[in-house]
Amino acid sequence: MILLFILFCPLLAAALILLGTPARATALWAAGLDLAATLLAFWGFDRAHKGFSYITSMPISADWRLSFTIGLDGLSLMMVLLTAIVLLAAIWFAGQIQQHEHAFYACLLLIAAGAIGAFASLDLFFFYAFHELALIPTFLLIGIWGSGNRYAAAWKITIYLATGSFILLLGLIMLYRSVPEAARSFDLRVLQSAASAGQIPAAAQHQIYLLLLIGFGILISLFPFHTWAPEAYASAPAPAAMLHAGVLKKFGLYGLLRIAIPMLPEGQRHWAWLLIILLLGNIIYVGLVTIAQKRLDWILGYSSVMHMGYIFLGIASGNLVGTNGAAILMFAHGLSIALLFAIAGQVRERTGSLLLSDLGGLAKTMPIASFVFGLGAFAAIGLPGFANFSAEVMVFFGAFRNGAGMDGFHIFQIATVLALWGVVISAVYMLRAYRATFLGSMPERWAAVPDMRSTLRVPAALLLVALLWVGFSPQTFVRLIAPTFRPYLSAEK
Amino acid sequence: MIDAPKLEIAVVALGLIILLVEAFAKTLDKRALAIAGLVGLGAVLVATFFVAPAPPTAGVAGFWSFYTADPMAIFFKRFALVTTMLVLILMIEYAPVVRQSIHGATHQSGLGEFFALPLFTCAGLMWMASATDFIMIFVSLELVTMSFYGLVAFTRRNPLTLEAGVKYLILSALSTGFLVYGITWIFGATGETNLARIAPVLANPDVQRVPALFGMALVLVALGFKIAAVPFQIWVPDVYEGAPTPVTAYLSVGSKAAGFVVLLRVLQPFLMLPQIERLLVGLAALTLIYGNLAAIPQTNLKRLLAYSSIAHAGYLLVGVVSLAGPAVGFYLVSYLLMTMLSFAVLIVVSKQTGDRIEDFNGLARRSPFLSFAMLIAMASLAGIPLTAGFLGKFFVFDAAVRQHQTMLIVVGVITVACGFYYYFKVIRAMYWEAPLSTAAIPLSGLSRVTMITLMAAIVFLGVYPEPILKSLRAQTTAVAASVP
Repeated sequence: MILLFILFCPLLAAALILLGTPARATALWAAGLDLAATLLAFWGFDRAHKGFSYITSMPISADWRLSFTIGLDGLSLMMVLLTAIVLLAAIWFAGQIQQHEHAFYACLLLIAAGAIGAFASLDLFFFYAFHELALIPTFLLIGIWGSGNRYAAAWKITIYLATGSFILLLGLIMLYRSVPEAARSFDLRVLQSAASAGQIPAAAQHQIYLLLLIGFGILISLFPFHTWAPEAYASAPAPAAMLHAGVLKKFGLYGLLRIAIPMLPEGQRHWAWLLIILLLGNIIYVGLVTIAQKRLDWILGYSSVMHMGYIFLGIASGNLVGTNGAAILMFAHGLSIALLFAIAGQVRERTGSLLLSDLGGLAKTMPIASFVFGLGAFAAIGLPGFANFSAEVMVFFGAFRNGAGMDGFHIFQIATVLALWGVVISAVYMLRAYRATFLGSMPERWAAVPDMRSTLRVPAALLLVALLWVGFSPQTFVRLIAPTFRPYLSAEK
Repeated sequence: MIDAPKLEIAVVALGLIILLVEAFAKTLDKRALAIAGLVGLGAVLVATFFVAPAPPTAGVAGFWSFYTADPMAIFFKRFALVTTMLVLILMIEYAPVVRQSIHGATHQSGLGEFFALPLFTCAGLMWMASATDFIMIFVSLELVTMSFYGLVAFTRRNPLTLEAGVKYLILSALSTGFLVYGITWIFGATGETNLARIAPVLANPDVQRVPALFGMALVLVALGFKIAAVPFQIWVPDVYEGAPTPVTAYLSVGSKAAGFVVLLRVLQPFLMLPQIERLLVGLAALTLIYGNLAAIPQTNLKRLLAYSSIAHAGYLLVGVVSLAGPAVGFYLVSYLLMTMLSFAVLIVVSKQTGDRIEDFNGLARRSPFLSFAMLIAMASLAGIPLTAGFLGKFFVFDAAVRQHQTMLIVVGVITVACGFYYYFKVIRAMYWEAPLSTAAIPLSGLSRVTMITLMAAIVFLGVYPEPILKSLRAQTTAVAASVP
């Protein structure tokens, strides 16, 4: 029941807002209630219980063995918690909306509802469908309330994501068709047990994994399908960028963790080399591209693409440590990028420009914003104490261990070493962005710029506390999510 | 219990009565005739649920050898009835435009025929759903086409409409010629016009197949014209643009569905032949590519919907090639809902502004309800999940995966992405752009109720397709039983 509430609360609120209740108040209340309910679910979650809790199921079609089933295990609970936190922060950070205020908040809530639905669905069909629910709101958010080259950005993200999801859909249909008639179902649990019994032939796994990798890859902005992301995030209004980069993009990664790792181990082994090459493209190539950016929003957009590379590395590692690291990094990255986009939005609201050469010295007039942005940047770089650090360490250990031996470096070891250089790259661009925005000499015209509203300290603190909590106590989450992967992965390999 | 043919007889009688009343009641508000038609069709729709089961087809002579009342026939009879009812509602909304373009003594001249003709079309469509003999197929197809001749050119003072009428008349007559010629060849090769009896003849190794295949190819040309498959689609954009909008909606739903019913029935004896399958694969791929690519640069919404109708014929053909009768049925239902919804909004809006896409600029501010309805229609046409349109595509592509139609799948993925672009163009116009005027757009209660119903149906079937699947399941078993 509580999960139904978590899922339908944003949907209901969106409907209410469209019917005319005060937009901002309704949205804030709904997001707050949603977070409270999620924390309640988190509190009451039975960690000893194997499999899914909070299950609600409603059959849709007996022919297709299709049912609307939602439930949570450790992994999905963590993702729903991330969504609830970022949703509240995003709505809180939304400033004065010039036009169509109601539609704006409804779109934000719909994106969040789509993400929660996708994370909570135990049925492949609804898993897919809920994600697509966010497509039109994203299109509208960027097109109506965006800035810069918003039309092109909105078209690009829509067409990329539509194509990616359709390729993904084909992969899912093939997965559904690849298991024998008796075990054919859209229910993830049934498919998983069929896969564990070895009922998906290796050749089929190779095909399906490739389709899923490309389909999810486009949604996650895997190199070379990443070009939609920086432009869209740079043009989107800050709350939309927070939700999309922080939460919705994690759908693809979640899908890989939820479907590819348990069900397609053969495919994973077969395509590991390809994934490694592409993720190095994310880390090294996109990392270098990020350094060359001249605008704060583009730096953040590209950095979010780059950090996907680490998560892919954890997924590719194929062992428990690396995969856990990938999952926790999803959570950590979602929080840190949301924080950075929020502050960048504040800066844009006041200065009207995010060109690094226009900015400078804003720490004097916006001390709080600059402090928060600094912490967010540290988190994104991966300084110890923040969630990103603990997750990245796990990813690196896990990836390095894959195939490690005395006889020399294999592709995983080389990839890990190269990826470690990515940390240096992200330190370079993040610190550079920080210096150019908040330090140095301040142009005259920004002298009267006010700091962010004092109430905004609450959502900023919310994101920061979550980051530090996971950073200092990652075992809370490792214990939560490890049972999801333990049946399929070992700690050694 | 009612015999199935009585349904068609009832519809024809209803049409005649409306014509008679129209001729003798000069002072009547002609819209009452449309309401009467609606009520009558609704009664027939209810009656379809009490149809006596048809006698078994095997070895029957006489009437029941060329007419069937199997579940598929009943399903598509209901489909035709619902389509016609929706078209009548659109026509009521469109009536003022018709009045302007008719010379006549009173301001209501011509409306009676406008409301009566769809009933005859409907009777033809219903009959076609039951036809299992080439002669019957031909006669019912002609009944449909004849009434469309009148309807397409109805507002004849508009030169575009006149052009559309002439184009439709000539090309339709040509396709009819192909159909008859094809039937002759098949008859010559097999000695049969009855679909059920052609199959065993063809299975006989002594019978030459080439003439029958040639005849079948000619029949496919004629059906390709009806369903707007490439390369027989030339007429579609001009006729769709020129015809009165309710008629365009009728053409794009009713005519297409009828074409697919006949295709499904005719292909049963032939589908075992790989030549026909190859032909259909090529047809489907061409239709998908042409329909979707040509839709991209359109600036007129009616033309856009015309190309989109070609594109959807492509997806439906993928379902036909993959031998997925139920998938085609579901797709047609979803297509009916979303196309009717978009035409309903188009008629209301174009009375105020026009039917170009830019005329929809800023509709969200002028009428949030209409723009939301259009949003749902476009989302469903593009295939966004939790709408009926998505499930239609889902079932079709599932069938294609099952049949390993890799080429069609690849083409399909590309064209779906194109579809997102041109359908979202309409959404962009409504929500991104600034309106030219801020005057609200009036909307009658009947239209509002219809639109709400259609939206609800699109979303409901997108989440819970079971009602349609259930009636189609009965149809699958019937088809499976009839396949040797």
